[in-house]
Amino acid sequence: MDVEILSRIQFAFTVAFHYIYPPLSIGLGLIMVALEGQYLRTGNKEYHVLAKFWTKIFALTFGIGVATGIVMEFEFGTNWATYSRYVGDVFGSALAAEGIFAFALESGFLGVLLFGWNRVSPRVHFIATLGVWLGSMFSAVWIVVANSWQQTPAGFHVVGEGLDARAEITDFWAMVFNPSSVERLVHVWLGAFLAGAFLVLSVHAYYLLRNRHVELSKKAFKIALIVATIVSLGQLVAGHASADGVAENQPAKLAALEGHFEANAPADMYLMGWVDKESQQVTGIPIPGGLSFLLHFDFNEPVTGLNAFPIEDQPPALNAIFQFYHFMVAFGMLMIGLTLYASFQWWRGKLFKQRWLLWVFVFAVLLPNLANQFGWFAAEMGRQPWVVYGLLRTSDALSASVQANQVLFSLIMFFLIYALLFALFIYMLNKKIKHGPSEDQLLDHRSRHEEMAEAAGKF
Amino acid sequence: MATLFGLDYPTLWFLVIGGLFSGYAILDGFDLGAGALHLFFKKEKSRRIALNAVGPVWDGNEVWLVIAGGALFAGFPVVYASLFSGMYIPFMLFLLFLIFRAISIEFRSKEEMKWWRKMWDISYSVASIALSVLLGVVLGNVLIGIEIGPQGNFQGHWLEFLNPYALLVGVTTLALFSTHGALYLLMKTEGRLYAKLSILARRAIIFFIVTFSLVTLYTLIYIPHLTDRFKDLPWLFIVPVLAFLSIANIPRLISRRRFRDGFIFSAITMSLLLVVVAIELYPVMLLSTVDEAYNITIYNAASSEKSLGIMLTIAAIGTPLVLAYTAFVFWTFRGKVELDETSY
Repeated sequence: MDVEILSRIQFAFTVAFHYIYPPLSIGLGLIMVALEGQYLRTGNKEYHVLAKFWTKIFALTFGIGVATGIVMEFEFGTNWATYSRYVGDVFGSALAAEGIFAFALESGFLGVLLFGWNRVSPRVHFIATLGVWLGSMFSAVWIVVANSWQQTPAGFHVVGEGLDARAEITDFWAMVFNPSSVERLVHVWLGAFLAGAFLVLSVHAYYLLRNRHVELSKKAFKIALIVATIVSLGQLVAGHASADGVAENQPAKLAALEGHFEANAPADMYLMGWVDKESQQVTGIPIPGGLSFLLHFDFNEPVTGLNAFPIEDQPPALNAIFQFYHFMVAFGMLMIGLTLYASFQWWRGKLFKQRWLLWVFVFAVLLPNLANQFGWFAAEMGRQPWVVYGLLRTSDALSASVQANQVLFSLIMFFLIYALLFALFIYMLNKKIKHGPSEDQLLDHRSRHEEMAEAAGKF
Repeated sequence: MATLFGLDYPTLWFLVIGGLFSGYAILDGFDLGAGALHLFFKKEKSRRIALNAVGPVWDGNEVWLVIAGGALFAGFPVVYASLFSGMYIPFMLFLLFLIFRAISIEFRSKEEMKWWRKMWDISYSVASIALSVLLGVVLGNVLIGIEIGPQGNFQGHWLEFLNPYALLVGVTTLALFSTHGALYLLMKTEGRLYAKLSILARRAIIFFIVTFSLVTLYTLIYIPHLTDRFKDLPWLFIVPVLAFLSIANIPRLISRRRFRDGFIFSAITMSLLLVVVAIELYPVMLLSTVDEAYNITIYNAASSEKSLGIMLTIAAIGTPLVLAYTAFVFWTFRGKVELDETSY
């Protein structure tokens, strides 16, 4: 295999693995803010216990997120040197802003969030939790801005030619608010909220089924269900806006998402299907003219298809892009159906009486996480063959001085270490869930000193 | 060319990056150093206290590397691209150890089995040592120069990063971080661990003085280009003199058991040594051993003036914020370590 494919696999693998964690952290952060807010508002200790429990899980996802996040920053330089030289001027300010406004905020307050329960007042602790959560939200802002700039470059001009060409920033705000950044940011945020909310739903559904922490779990489940219902509906709007944007800014990608080949014809929308690149056929269940309708509210309006672009400008992995996109949409729809049904049952007062529904929620945590992954795969593979859309090809963006065997070494290294990391993550997550929230605080009112002595005795 | 305080933007950004790396060395330096010494602590409780002394802050410290790396990428993309791709293997190893170290801290105390904790103690310490050495190795290569060819691409052999000078700088970095880490832990511990650490701090500073002397000697004999600036501008000689005085002050403070002051002086030492490095290099950032024409300087590597201006604005707004909440966190966890149920 050559350097290009190895470097692409390595970046895709490391970023996909990383992306398991930040959405969970952002989503759990939101739930923790809600729980601590409820505690401050009502003084009900149950919310405090829940917040403490979820903070422990948050610590796990956040820790792995940080450790795996720095990898991509390094890879820009190590594997994609030409890309780094090309985009540095534009990308730089977004990255600098992320570092200084987002990372420092979240990591600064993280210590207080995790270790400060006994050192600061509940109010200060709430502020720390809010700080960490806002930091993670800002972090998403700058990373999505940078990525969106690669999809829809704006606010720059190109100087130099050939190997010396590079993009220089001309308008900071035009770069930040490039044509796709706002809609994609909202889409990413909502996806993260869903990941967090469904994890909370899953764990507390499990407790309810096992008859453990029942009162706590009902409270947490309801908060998470409210979040999940509103957000999954919101995601429908945000997802649609995002697709509209792709149609306008990246027509070749949109055509790939729906497997639409004809250069200028009404386009179908597939519920599911299989794309054959050679024969330019999609086999599946179409809604005739569906894509035309979605974009233009007219079943007969033509949509630009793949054949309108020269072959070297078309995304190569058509079927994969189609599948990732369709599964993402399907999972989104399932989440809407599931949360609406559960909310309806809540309204009827029967939410916790249907064991099958709780079982569904135990496993439904996979839906938002897979949808997040699949959505990014569709977005990034759909951008190919460009690393910066229309400007810089992925094949031109590599490091000239790095050889295939070096990348192979690092790729194997990442496979091994991430396999270990993932095993440890699942093991620790399982352990923390089995251990559950510490309800001791609710049972008696021992002094803090006794509690600490007992905790110390455990080690 | 636009200037601020009489300095052009690339020079200002060079100073910003210098400040960030120096902040990173001071902050992550003590937790890497504490990690490097970890296996010297024999008792389980000592190890937990040592780990929890850095527990609430190591993550925030590492963020300085992310920010410094980002600032380098943003301000001097050509340096970032050439350095990272030219030293592919050391940077990949750096990531490997960085992840292992994070895992070790995170998982060590989660199980009570002896083998479990021992395994993570070893990997925590080995990773801390390796990271310290690798940081020094990269610095050493930057000082001695690498085989940069046309278009800023490295054209040498991938093993060249393991040259004697770079390794020597690596070991020196480890020694300085160990001293710094021991002094930090001395502020955070009591009893027998404290007694042990005061011996370790003494040994670490001697170790550092020996290796640092060797680096200095090596530099003077074999790498004359690094001393040119001091010949041109003799008044700059005050900086290395101050660095030497600052180093000499550390063993004095250790023997008087003024560990907090010792910590301050090991931090000052790091900053001063990086200032020396900056003086030696400026305006070159990556020295080509192939041809001077391929040198990467702050001028041919810098982002546009517009971009640097934006980033200087961001830094001016952001830095006070970062310093404020860093101070808040350190203040919250001031004093000796007490283990509670939230500890590692």
